[in-house]
Amino acid sequence: MKTKGNFMGIPGPAWLGVALVAAALLVLPYVAGMAGTAWVRILNFAILYVFLALGLNIVVGFAGLLDLGYIAFYAVGAYLYALLASPHFDIHWPFWAILPLGAALACVFGVLLGAPTLKLRGDYLAIVTLGFGEIIRIFLNNLNAPINVTNGAQGITLIDPLSVGEFKFSTTSTLFGLTITGPQKYYYFLVVVAVLVVILNLRLQNSRIGRAWEAIREDETAARAIGINTRNVKLLAFAMGASFGGIAGGMFSAMQGFVSPESFSLLESIMVLSMVVLGGMGHIPGVILGAVLLTFLPEVLRYGVEPAQRFLFGRSVIDPESLRMLIFGLALVLVMRFRPAGLWPSRLRKRELTTEVTP
Amino acid sequence: MSDFLLETRSISKRFGGVQALADVSFGIRRGEIFGLIGPNGAGKTSLFNVLTGLYVPDSGEVIFDGQSLKGLKPNEVAERGIARTFQNLRLFGNLSALENVMIGRHVRTHAGVFGAIFRNRATLEEEEAIERRAHELLKYVGIERRANTLAKNLSYGDQRRLEIARALATDPKLLALDEPAAGMNATETAALRGLMEAIRSDGITILLIEHDVKLVMGLCDRVAVLDYGQKIAEDTPDKVQRDPKVIEAYLGGAIA
Amino acid sequence: MDILLQQLINGVTLGAVYALVALGYTMVYGIIGLINFAHGEVVMIGAMVAFTVITSLAAHTQLPPLLILLIGLVVAAPTCMLLGYGLERLAYRPLRHAPRLTPLITAIGMSIVLQNVAMIIWGRNYINFPQMIDKTSYHIGNALITNVQVAILFLSALTMVGLMWLVYRTKLGTAMRATAQDQMVAGLMGVNINRVIAAAFVIGSALAALAGLMVGTYYEIAHYQMGFMLGLKAFTAAVLGGIGNLAGAMAGGLLLGIIEALGAGYIGDLTGGFLGSHYQDIFAFFVLITVLVFRPSGLLGERVGERA
Repeated sequence: MKTKGNFMGIPGPAWLGVALVAAALLVLPYVAGMAGTAWVRILNFAILYVFLALGLNIVVGFAGLLDLGYIAFYAVGAYLYALLASPHFDIHWPFWAILPLGAALACVFGVLLGAPTLKLRGDYLAIVTLGFGEIIRIFLNNLNAPINVTNGAQGITLIDPLSVGEFKFSTTSTLFGLTITGPQKYYYFLVVVAVLVVILNLRLQNSRIGRAWEAIREDETAARAIGINTRNVKLLAFAMGASFGGIAGGMFSAMQGFVSPESFSLLESIMVLSMVVLGGMGHIPGVILGAVLLTFLPEVLRYGVEPAQRFLFGRSVIDPESLRMLIFGLALVLVMRFRPAGLWPSRLRKRELTTEVTP
Repeated sequence: MSDFLLETRSISKRFGGVQALADVSFGIRRGEIFGLIGPNGAGKTSLFNVLTGLYVPDSGEVIFDGQSLKGLKPNEVAERGIARTFQNLRLFGNLSALENVMIGRHVRTHAGVFGAIFRNRATLEEEEAIERRAHELLKYVGIERRANTLAKNLSYGDQRRLEIARALATDPKLLALDEPAAGMNATETAALRGLMEAIRSDGITILLIEHDVKLVMGLCDRVAVLDYGQKIAEDTPDKVQRDPKVIEAYLGGAIA
Repeated sequence: MDILLQQLINGVTLGAVYALVALGYTMVYGIIGLINFAHGEVVMIGAMVAFTVITSLAAHTQLPPLLILLIGLVVAAPTCMLLGYGLERLAYRPLRHAPRLTPLITAIGMSIVLQNVAMIIWGRNYINFPQMIDKTSYHIGNALITNVQVAILFLSALTMVGLMWLVYRTKLGTAMRATAQDQMVAGLMGVNINRVIAAAFVIGSALAALAGLMVGTYYEIAHYQMGFMLGLKAFTAAVLGGIGNLAGAMAGGLLLGIIEALGAGYIGDLTGGFLGSHYQDIFAFFVLITVLVFRPSGLLGERVGERA
């Protein structure tokens, strides 16, 4: 809004903070790399989940539409990439062509789902989107006959990694005397995209469209009474959210080199929703925090639970996989119990403290 | 063009076994403050909802500014120039007062996703204009100092004012107020009255549903009375007050 | 064999189980507007507890099989009721005035917790339910119906009649209906809201335990993840019928069961072999979406008019 004297809406002094964050983001993959390449991969997944959570945040956090099938759009993006850049059909398009296409296709799916269903009341919409997510997954699982489109439950393998000319993101190389592994390259790519995505989200929120979304979330009847075309504005939220999912899916495919329907189960949708709500619905920094925390928590537990058990009891008492998920579930319950609005709730509450501007 | 800004022609609306509105016709002239009164359950709010597109009437139609509103959705009615407030207040509670009014500008502004993302010159100028206008309106209704307070944390009287400011932000030709004085004390009501007079002098026609008969009689140019879904009178306040049917409806002259 | 009739029989049986579970969802939703995602897990716990009781009794005693099944139910039902009460009391009640999605995430968290507790106790593998009833089949026309199916249908019908009696003929039921209409007014009228909400959870959980036992006995198998899809289908059924509406939940359950069974039996023919029976699960959701597009409040749901 107030852009004079600032750059990209960021006030001058805040640039110091931005510089610090940038520096931290720059060295992070090397710090994580010291703990093992696995951690760099986890870092990359955290960023992918940030994309997904921010996309879903548009739908759930801004517009207040409960979507339980969001992962379907991620799946659409992922499979489109897999089909257009793998030996499966022997098509090998470049990523810069497929990613926007994935966003567009996911967007079309979003509109196709949204157009007939967005007039439904909140929780009915939730179950319809959930059903849509399952339908997509079941199709992916079974579209290997009579024509083999998705290769069924086996999924699609040997997906092309990202590459620009001869520069491949999947291999280790040396740049200016610095060794950089595949996951580290992806990391930098993802961070750049993430910064763009965050700026995009901030701008959307502080815009005429963003305000209309929030109006619908707060009171749909009132929004209509002051002339907001709620149907179109909701569709727009759905389409934008879906596009984010589509792009994230494409990057997931490229990074992973492999997709199968298993990655797009309802549990994944629920996971992303939990990130949004746990972080602080509608609040972009909160949502980012939620995504990062919920990506790392299960992984930290994966590495931490077993040694902790051995240290405490001298042996493995409980199946570590169960214990890990158990703690994860309890964490969700406890955070909601003690921070019902999320860990880092919306700017509104904070702004409340600095009320009373002088006229 | 007729001198009626809004005309209803034989509006009827039935809910199950209840005839909420029966053959109601009246006209609101440009620039006047038109009052709509009647005992509880007379159909005032139902009529209001028909006018603003929330209900579809079983028969009859509404002519606004020379054109029929038939089949228009609430947002389209707002676009044509009818803005309303709600009896039970419907603000965007978790947004600031300023944002509430800024959202009111939605229907008169244009920026889309492209503008939001790329912040081109036109969008930035529009945003600035929206914010400026919103501040003006908050000042106009007298709650400028509360611009950054969340709507839900405003006092009751201020919430009423904010709802009016939000409605005015849509640049209406007709401002329809559903019991704006409900729950207000005498001082607040007097201030509200001043506000309505100011709005009218800015050339905006006002339709006022009100329980406070004194306020209506003192303020309105003309008044229509509803009883059991039927219009039983439509005239100047002093004539309406003397109408036997009206006195009957209000149980033996409880008014005036 | 008469495929149509056979699939109808199978569908109604499955539908009766869906209906029992759907009732639990719909009661809670009708009263506090919460999608209790953990309800499917309550069904699973019911099945697991019943399994433990039945297996050990069958191995160590000479009791008649029907009595063993009954004891299984008598242990599983209170366990689930306690579980349902605990869920409400500890997880949901503190969140009654929290933002709308908060209790939903809590429910998801509880669902994960219960699944993993079950996995720790009963292991990650499929558990074979001991076969307690010697299956006999009866002919209806050219189709077969087993005694287990008859028992499921009979018990479900009996339970549903009992529930209707409870809701429409007792003081507690009246309080529940009043609370569903308007919590605040009901409270002003002297209804103990907390008690009513707890009752909805407890009753729903008892039905879930029964459903768990039925599923276990019918499919002769149980698994720590069995509650998830079952719960999802039952919730779908509740929405299909019009959520918050008891008759709707029953109708939705039966309808969903029948649609699934017929779908599985005929999908190949309908699509010229293009889609096989793996697509069975799609039917539930496809029908749901179609119904809601045309009847946004479900089949028996009340139309909620816009209020100004």
